[in-house]
Amino acid sequence: MAISESTREQLDELVARYPRPRSALMPMLHLVQSLEGEVTPEGIALCADMAGVSAAEATAVASFYTMYKRRPVGRHHIGVCINTMCGLLGGDAVYDALSERLGVGHDQATPDGEFWLERIECQAACTHAPVMTVDWEFMDDVTPASAVDIVDRLQRGETVHSTRGPAIRDFRATEHSLAFPEDGLAAEGTPVDDKMLAGLRLAKERGMSAPAVPAGQEG
Amino acid sequence: MTLTPVITEHWDDPELFTLAGYRRHGGYTALASALKQEPDAIIGTVKDSGLRGRGGAGFPTGLKWSFVPQNDGKPHYLVVNADESEPGACKDIPIMIANPHSLVEGVIITSYAIRANHAFIYIRGEVPEAIRRVANAVREAREAGLIGQNILGSGFDLEVVVHAGAGAYICGEETALLDSLEGFRGQPRLKPPFPAVAGLYASPTVINNVETICNIPYIVGRGVDWFRQFGTEKSPGFKVFAVSGHVNRPGIYEAPLGITMRELLEYAGGMTDGRQVKFWLPGGSSVPMLTAEHLDIPMTYEDMAEAGTMLGTGTPMIFNDTVSVVKAVTRWLEFYKHESCGKCTPCREGTYFITQTLERFEHGHGTDSEMGTLVDLCGQIAGRSFCALGDAAATPYPAALKYFRDEFVAATTTAVDDQFDPAASYVFSGAAAR
Ligand SMILES: Cc1cc2nc3c(=O)[nH]c(=O)nc-3n(C[C@H](O)[C@H](O)[C@H](O)COP(=O)(O)O)c2cc1C
Ligand code: SF4
Ligand code: FES
Repeated sequence: MAISESTREQLDELVARYPRPRSALMPMLHLVQSLEGEVTPEGIALCADMAGVSAAEATAVASFYTMYKRRPVGRHHIGVCINTMCGLLGGDAVYDALSERLGVGHDQATPDGEFWLERIECQAACTHAPVMTVDWEFMDDVTPASAVDIVDRLQRGETVHSTRGPAIRDFRATEHSLAFPEDGLAAEGTPVDDKMLAGLRLAKERGMSAPAVPAGQEG
Repeated sequence: MTLTPVITEHWDDPELFTLAGYRRHGGYTALASALKQEPDAIIGTVKDSGLRGRGGAGFPTGLKWSFVPQNDGKPHYLVVNADESEPGACKDIPIMIANPHSLVEGVIITSYAIRANHAFIYIRGEVPEAIRRVANAVREAREAGLIGQNILGSGFDLEVVVHAGAGAYICGEETALLDSLEGFRGQPRLKPPFPAVAGLYASPTVINNVETICNIPYIVGRGVDWFRQFGTEKSPGFKVFAVSGHVNRPGIYEAPLGITMRELLEYAGGMTDGRQVKFWLPGGSSVPMLTAEHLDIPMTYEDMAEAGTMLGTGTPMIFNDTVSVVKAVTRWLEFYKHESCGKCTPCREGTYFITQTLERFEHGHGTDSEMGTLVDLCGQIAGRSFCALGDAAATPYPAALKYFRDEFVAATTTAVDDQFDPAASYVFSGAAAR
C-alpha cells in the first residue's frame, strides 16, 4: 500500500497513545483496514514495523481476531447474530432471508463489492433480539422483511439510520472510528431507546425509586 | 421488591452522555470528595461496602484493590473490562452508551485509590456506538481538567486510553485481555502471578468490569450505609439486570440484589402470549440453567450458588416452551467451540467433539450411549482447562440433561426442528417473516 503523509501521522499518533508501541498493534490494524477495506500483507508489514515486531508476529495477531478480514469486505459489512437468543427468536430466519437476497453465504462478499455477509456471535444486545449490524452499527429488532429492506435501501444509496447510533456510513469509516473513536458522531441518533429505558419508565410510573441519600451526604 | 434506578436513574435525559448533562445530575461531585481523601481510605470504603465484581465471578472489589502492592516503585494500571461478549450479557454496552461519564468518573476515582496514573478501557470492537460515546466522555473530561495533570488541584495525574478490541470473546478473560492490550494474541496467562501483582507490562494491575466501576462514584459519594440498604449481607447493592427472551418488555431493569426472577418477569410484562417459562439462565450462557420451579429464589450470589447455578453477569435469558433445549445448548457449544483460543487441549478438542455430537442430536441422530459420553467429556473438561472458558463450555449440557433428559432421548430418533417448529419461537410472524 502507498503510505500517505496523513497515514504516517495517524500511525505515529496511535503508537504515542500507549506506553509501549506494540500495544498500538490492534488499533493500527483497524486503521489499515479502514484504508484498504481488508488487512493485506503489506498493511500487516507496516503495522509490524511501527510496533517493532516481525511481520510473522503481527500476522499471528491479525489472524487471531475475527474482525480483521483477509479478503476485501466491500462497501458494507452485514452481520446477523445467530447466537442462541437472537438465532432462536428469529435471527436464523433473518440470516436465511439475507443470504437469499444477497446470493452469498457466511463470510462471503457479493461479487459487486457492495456487501459482506457474516453470521456473528452475541452482540451484547439480546434485549433487542433478533439483532443485525451494518458496519457494526446496531440494527435492533429486525425481521426477515425489515432486514432485506435495509439492504435494499443501502443498495439504492438511501440514508439508513442505525437504531441506536448514527446514519450508516460504510465499513471502512467504522474501522477508522475503531482506531480513532472521537469521530464527532456521539450525539447522532437516539442511542438510548425504549428497551434501555423500560425499567426506569416503569419505576417512574409506579412511583418507585432508590432509597434517599442521607442528609449531608449528597454525592 | 421495588425497582431502584441508580446507575440508570437519569437515562431518560438525552443529554446525560455529555459532561454538562452528567453534571446537572450531580456528576463528578464524588470525584471531588474522593480526591480530598487518602487513597487507602477509598479502598477501605469500597471494602466496607461489600461491592462484588459485576463481571461474572462476584469477587469482592475492595479486596482485589488491596492486593496491589504499595510503594513498590512500579507503575500501576487500571484496566476496565468492557469486552462484554458473554451470550446473554447486555448491560455494560447500554451503560456505556447511556451514561459513559459514570464509567469515566469511576475510572478516575479507582485509579486514584489504587495509585494508577494510567487507565485503559478495553471495549469490544463490534460496538462502535459504545466506543465513540466513551471516547467522547474521556475527551470532555480531559478538556475539563478531570483527566490529565494535577486533577482538580490534587496533584494526581491520570491518562485514560479507550482501546477497541477486534472480535474475540476470550479477551474478556482478564489475563487474555492483558495480552491483547499488549499487542499479542488474546490468550490467557498462567495464574499466579495474579494481575494485581504482575498484570499489564508485568506491573500491578486492577481489572474490573464496567458495571463494577460505575458503582464506585455512588459508593464514594453516598456512603457505605446508603449502599448497604440494598441487597443482602453477602450481596450488597443494586444491579443492572438486562432481561431478554420471550417476555413482553425485554430491557434494562435496575433493582436491588435479592429480587426474584418472578418479580423481574412481572416488571418485564410477563411471558409473551401467556406461554410457560421453560428454562432460564440468571447471567449468561456460562451459568447452569434453571426452570420455572426456581423463579422465587433471590437473585444473589449466595442464593444462586445454593440453587446450583451462579448469578454470573445478572442478565437473565428466559425461554418459553416453544424452544428446544437441545437446540439452545448446541448453539451455545458452537459459540464456545468458535471462541476457544486453542491454547489447551481439553477445551480446544473437547468443544469440537461436544459440538459435533450435539449437532447429531439436533438432527435426530444422537444415541443413548452418546448421552453418557457427553457427560464424561464435560467432566474431563471442567476443572482441567487452562481458563474458565473451558469450564463454561462444560456447563450447558449437564445442566440441560438434569432437567430435560427426555428431550435428549427424543433427539436420538427425531430431529429437533420436527419436534419444535422453529417459527413458533420467533418474535415476529406473518408478513414480517415474508
Ligand atoms: C471467557 C471469559 C470471558 C469473560 N468476559 C468478561 C467480560 O466480557 N467482561 C467482564 O467484566 N468480565 C469477563 N470475564 C471475567 C473476567 O475474567 C474478570 O473476572 C472480571 O473482568 C473481573 O471484574 P470484576 O471483579 O469487576 O467482576 C470473563 C471471563 C472469562 C473466563
Ligand atoms: S480453556 Fe479454552 S479458551 Fe481457555 S486457555 Fe484453554 S483453549 Fe484457551
Ligand atoms: S444473542 Fe444476539 S445479541 Fe445476544
